[in-house]
Amino acid sequence: MEFAEEVREFLIESNENLGVLDQEIVELEKNPTDEKLIASVFRTIHTIKGTSGFFGFEILGSTTHVAENLLGQVREKQRSLTPELVSLVLETVDVVKAVLANIEERGEEGADVYHDLRKRLDDAYNSPSGSSAAPEHSSAAPANFRTGHAVDAMERAGAETPLENHSTSAFPLPAEEVTVMEAAPEPVEDEHLEEPSVEPAIHGKSETALAKPGVANVVPSAGSGANNSAAGSTIRVDVHLLDKLMNLVGELVLARNQILQGSADKTGASSGASQRLNLITSELQEGVMRTRMQPIGVVWNKLPRVIRDLASEVGKRIEIVMEGAETELDKTIIEAIKDPLTHIVRNSCDHGIEKPEVRVAKGKKAAGTVLLRAYHEGGHVNIEVSDDGAGIDPERVKRKAVEKGLVRAEQAALMSEWEALRLIFLPGFSTAEKVTSISGRGVGMDVVKTNIEKIGGAVDLFNRPGAGSTVKIKIPLTLAIIPGLIISLDNNRISRGMAVKREDRFVIPQANLLELVRLEGAEDWKQIEHIHGTPVYRRRGKLLPLAYLSQVLGFPPRGKERDVESDVLNIVIVQAEETAFGLVVDGVSDTQEIVVKALGKQLKSLSCYVGATIMGDGKIALILDVPGLARLANILPQQLERGRSEAKSAETNANEKQTLLLFRAGRFPRLVVALSMVARLEEFSRSRVEYAAGLPVINYREAILPLASLGAMLDPGVPDAAMDNGLLQVIVFSEGNRHVGLVVDQILDIVEEKVTVKRAKSSFGLLGSAVVGGKITDFLDLGALIEAVIGGPAEAQPSSSGAVLLVDPSKISRGVLRSYLDMHGSQVLEAPDADAALEILSRVPVALVIAAAGRAKSGGAALLDAMRGRDRLAAIPVLAILESGSAGDWCVETPAGLRFDGAVARTDRGGLLAFLHRLENIEAAREVSLAGSDK
Amino acid sequence: MSEASGAIGSGSATQTRQYSTFRVADMFMGIELTRVQELLRYQEMTSVPLAPRAIEGLINLRGQIVTALDVRRILGLPAVASEESLPMNIVIQSDGGAVSLLVDEICDVLDVPLEAAMPLPENLPAQQRELIEGVYQLESGLLLVMNTERVLESAAN
Repeated sequence: MEFAEEVREFLIESNENLGVLDQEIVELEKNPTDEKLIASVFRTIHTIKGTSGFFGFEILGSTTHVAENLLGQVREKQRSLTPELVSLVLETVDVVKAVLANIEERGEEGADVYHDLRKRLDDAYNSPSGSSAAPEHSSAAPANFRTGHAVDAMERAGAETPLENHSTSAFPLPAEEVTVMEAAPEPVEDEHLEEPSVEPAIHGKSETALAKPGVANVVPSAGSGANNSAAGSTIRVDVHLLDKLMNLVGELVLARNQILQGSADKTGASSGASQRLNLITSELQEGVMRTRMQPIGVVWNKLPRVIRDLASEVGKRIEIVMEGAETELDKTIIEAIKDPLTHIVRNSCDHGIEKPEVRVAKGKKAAGTVLLRAYHEGGHVNIEVSDDGAGIDPERVKRKAVEKGLVRAEQAALMSEWEALRLIFLPGFSTAEKVTSISGRGVGMDVVKTNIEKIGGAVDLFNRPGAGSTVKIKIPLTLAIIPGLIISLDNNRISRGMAVKREDRFVIPQANLLELVRLEGAEDWKQIEHIHGTPVYRRRGKLLPLAYLSQVLGFPPRGKERDVESDVLNIVIVQAEETAFGLVVDGVSDTQEIVVKALGKQLKSLSCYVGATIMGDGKIALILDVPGLARLANILPQQLERGRSEAKSAETNANEKQTLLLFRAGRFPRLVVALSMVARLEEFSRSRVEYAAGLPVINYREAILPLASLGAMLDPGVPDAAMDNGLLQVIVFSEGNRHVGLVVDQILDIVEEKVTVKRAKSSFGLLGSAVVGGKITDFLDLGALIEAVIGGPAEAQPSSSGAVLLVDPSKISRGVLRSYLDMHGSQVLEAPDADAALEILSRVPVALVIAAAGRAKSGGAALLDAMRGRDRLAAIPVLAILESGSAGDWCVETPAGLRFDGAVARTDRGGLLAFLHRLENIEAAREVSLAGSDK
Repeated sequence: MSEASGAIGSGSATQTRQYSTFRVADMFMGIELTRVQELLRYQEMTSVPLAPRAIEGLINLRGQIVTALDVRRILGLPAVASEESLPMNIVIQSDGGAVSLLVDEICDVLDVPLEAAMPLPENLPAQQRELIEGVYQLESGLLLVMNTERVLESAAN
């Protein structure tokens, strides 16, 4: 069939147009009088109708014709666009899609003539809500649509001519005239369109498109404007051709690497040429990669329609907001995330967002919102799908998982909220009480997770009970060529009776790389500590877990078990899913652009490799998968049953387990303090203690460390022998660059426990007591103690967190809280009540809100409710300040059932700072994994 | 290269099939020639830590990264006695890309008459029975035809 190429063109173009059309129609429903939208929708349907006529697709033509008539009425303001009309039009669009699919598959339109739809369209067209002269239009439906077309033209030319004169029989147009008809609407249209230049452009485009038997696709259409602007400056290219180009560029990069290596030794002309080759290759690579990039809006613009249909099906009102639709992704990635994204959005609509009545009862807006966000961040693209629905109930998730046999009841009971949420990702899980047609059956979050991880990404879930949930997806920008750091491990073996030195090279993707550290000499080595046998490294005050890469990869143990301190130690600080840790390697080389090659089927299941690459010298280097390594090294939890992992999200729950240091001092046999506040544990010989201004100090790391006996501080007046021991046990606390050493009698243990302070104490230095390890234990009020030893705030260290907003009616209270925060270095804003707070929140980005919530009028509860109801503010953590007496009530709920992210007593400076620490230093939560004792 | 091995007895034309043959320990084995991409001598390999034991390493084959499998291990045979002898590579095609089989020695390509097919010997260990899809009786001895799909599968475990 001579028309084959052109038919393909027609199909592709129509499908593109239909994609835009969906979005426009949904928009139009919200703004039924928007003339530009109406005109655009009309034009699209008109174009499809016209071109169908050219090819003789009668069903398409006649169906779109009736729809076009209807829209024409709307355009002429003879009829207003009601939701029922919109549904009709959308139904037509669906029919068009179906027929186009048939044409694509079988070359013909299919058997269905869609009588019913056309009748309904006709009825709508003829129904009285339109104004003048819409008399009986006898069923022109199955008949020659060209007749209808002629009727059309006539109708416009002579406004109110009754149609009977022109129905059915008249105008059997000969085929040749069809092409003439194509031209005919043009002058007529010009009168009506505000942008006459546009129509010829479209017309011209369809002409040239028909003329060129070119190939298909890939023009990014970011919205309704695409049709118009695309005409001039873009060209359609086959995706397979682009793939070929990418492969060739990949090989070129490899060859260039080899040449570079070779010419590194030479000088002169060849080196000049290879330099040029280097530059040209890099630019070529960049350019080709960009040809494959498409804005994520391409995937998103299908969603308004999906949501609209869903919402009406389940009787909810849902709006969609999109931020960052212009964020660009590689086309293959876009293909891969289409389905997962759709599924996640469907989940939010189906399970997340509540019905309007329920929402209003909860004090929310009747219409729920689904927020889509996309943005670039350090070699990755982050995509977030948030809803302001009911959030996820961890208890319900746990019950479902136990019911499905995915987890045992005892295990479920031990799980933290974070772990419970992750049960959703297990295969076979579905929380739907009844499975609707929407979210589907069996296609669960596990499939989403697998698909995303297949392309090297990660999925995570953040929950705000009562306020909604967010799914975050992180995917690498491109798969094919990435910058990576070359590292090496010594692999010395005995071969044929001789010791053979071998260096095995590996690549760490730069996207995971944070820092390189080189330790040399005894002083440096002190920065590595061992807590319960697990090596950790202190990086600017934070403790990071350390892993020896050779051990993780199962290399035979080295000859000398403990490295001698005079050796050099290379640590690569990497990041896996928001957890930072250090990887000890033998050699660090340079950063290179490497071509990622997939590993064979047999090796795909190894979680520690992302792929492999060929180095400049032809040898192969494996590319490490940093999250996979972290799991192997037990730095990230491997399976849910291995429990005891701590929350990653900034929305900390005060009921989470904390790591505590247990010790005894003075009259107190059991004391605890949060380990995150502890800088170091030291043992000093008493002879090192000196006295400055009458107070004991120690010369410590080129600074002066003031010492105080904790026992004496907690029990003033009682004789205390701690300072008389030959060897002093000292817990060193740091705040910025100020340190305090508290002398205790004995360090007992490090434990992980859920903290519930049962009884608030009013004695100095203690917060209260709780049950830890089955025994009554006292909690240290670290803030008060530190302040007592080293006095008030000195210079603040700039904190990396954002601003903190204090909300409290009492100026004095705000002042006290402010003083705590000043020393910590945060930027502090104040507000006396919820309204003022909201005003500030709307203007300034705030990282944390601290609100007084103890007394009835303090406004903290009202503020929380207001914040959770607003998308932008819903994710900001809110810390409740309670009155001292009620410090035992850690979990405060507002009348709407929303919970604060944490609560501290007004005098609990330590708790406040601990909360801040947790927010900022998520790595610090990783510092002591008791995985050592788990193994 | 290929030697025409005539039919046993009469001079009438017989159906033959070509096999690329090789030796592993004292087993004489073959793979259908149509499945073989190329034959190479020893290639330097990069080992893959934590990989299944049957995977000896990765080979750079003209810019392609090819997984190399140790046939001895897969067949349950003891490792090579001395480090002197280096394995040779038989690169075959599979649906996941090219894979190389490491064997002791590559032998000739033979035209094997189909009628020489025989049932599997009884005394073959179970592990190996799985991996052999046929046996031919040749003048020189038995030729065991390798079932490459199963070999690849078992390497992944």
